[in-house]
Amino acid sequence: MVDFNGWDMPVEYPASIGCGIINEHMAVRTGVGIFDVSHMGDIRLAGPQALAAVQHISMNDAAKLAIGQAQYSALLYPQGTFVDDVIVHRLGEDEYLLVINAGTREKDFNWVHDNTRQFDCAVENLSDDFTQIAIQGPKAVNTLQKLTDADLSAVKFYWVTHGTVCGLKDILIARTGYTAEDGFEIYVPADEATSARIWHEILSAGKEVGIVPCGLGSRNTLRLEGKLPLYGHEISDTINVWEAGLDRFCKMEKPGFIGRTVLEKAKNEGLKRTLVGLEMVERGIARDGHKVLDNSGREIGYVTSGSPAPFLKKNIALAYVPPQFAAIGTPIKIEIRGQGVGAQVVPTPFYKRPKKAA
Amino acid sequence: MAYPTDRKYTKEHEWIKVVGLEAVIGITDHAQESLGDIVFVELPKVGADLTAGSTFGTVESVKAVSDLYAPASGTVTETNGDLATAPEKVNKDPHGSWMLKMKLKNPGELADLLSSTAYEQFVAEEGSH
Repeated sequence: MVDFNGWDMPVEYPASIGCGIINEHMAVRTGVGIFDVSHMGDIRLAGPQALAAVQHISMNDAAKLAIGQAQYSALLYPQGTFVDDVIVHRLGEDEYLLVINAGTREKDFNWVHDNTRQFDCAVENLSDDFTQIAIQGPKAVNTLQKLTDADLSAVKFYWVTHGTVCGLKDILIARTGYTAEDGFEIYVPADEATSARIWHEILSAGKEVGIVPCGLGSRNTLRLEGKLPLYGHEISDTINVWEAGLDRFCKMEKPGFIGRTVLEKAKNEGLKRTLVGLEMVERGIARDGHKVLDNSGREIGYVTSGSPAPFLKKNIALAYVPPQFAAIGTPIKIEIRGQGVGAQVVPTPFYKRPKKAA
Repeated sequence: MAYPTDRKYTKEHEWIKVVGLEAVIGITDHAQESLGDIVFVELPKVGADLTAGSTFGTVESVKAVSDLYAPASGTVTETNGDLATAPEKVNKDPHGSWMLKMKLKNPGELADLLSSTAYEQFVAEEGSH
């Protein structure tokens, strides 16, 4: 167990029950795994100008969302750098739910609250009201379907529904996740008795397909293989949208969102650094914070996230380097314990889940 | 867990098995269990001189990097090549998977190390904190 931003969470579950980072990772890639992600935060915006409020603070275009649809986005500072990344869910005509990172719960709520005062919209912090459980993997849908009357086959990826789950009415079920696999996140009442009951019912429902509980370790290796950013690593308050390569979630044609003006200017000035995917070529594992060197040993950047990739069976990393080193195949070195160890730039995402057969 | 009595142990969770001046070194079951799945082992070159208490390499799990500390001083005579391609052997059989062999420089250092019972007790006490 470790302290993760003030939350007591497991890095991995015991080997004695068939877990451990590698087994948990493989279960999610080939079967189903379950995560307690209640540390994440929840902010609800509701009211006649809820959309306008969301549009002002979020870089993606929430006007494109139908009721029941969700999108990945980010809250930006005026400098075009990240307050946090977020999933915006449209739950009703004028109702939006932002799901945010654990470590930025308070910061995000204050930011949203302070920057939407001018809109006729109520901003509520619901973070402590929900236990959030993620059920992830190709067998997630079959597992969760056993426990709900909602027709999950009708819920497309990045859409939500409400239904009865384990006997609880009107539970939010979102087809979202942080694993680069199919899966769902459910939001149930936060009291311990209910939460424990739901957790165990899901474990029972998935038993026949080898469901395992998954901790922070596999959560990180799964999202890394899928090149999903982690706040404080690939995105932060000193990194901008273009550097992080999140252009496609940033709708510059939408006027008036915080950060837009500086981002426009930055786009014209060109990139000084860019996020690339790396794969180790020589023996060694690149880790967070390791320096990236060019082939003459000169420091050119740093690793934002690095780890063995259990499914790909390679050692991978994400790193910031100057644009001239970003071409696929560019050889670079990682400084590991004082030695330059060979790596190369590779395409990302490192892993993409297989498309279902038609 | 009963730790083998044919060797001595360190507080850094290494074991050292000695025959004459030849020592074989590895890590304990407690160490591999704490680390989780081992994915990488970095060992010194044959011929390297090790000093008791200094680091001689690293063992990496998915999540973490741990230093390996020399239980005694000596010169490396052999390293286990299997661990380059199958580091998980250390998890499966920590007391059978040796990491390196060395010629001891100062066998007197062994007297400071823990017996299997003392090590078991040390692990139990560490766990209760």
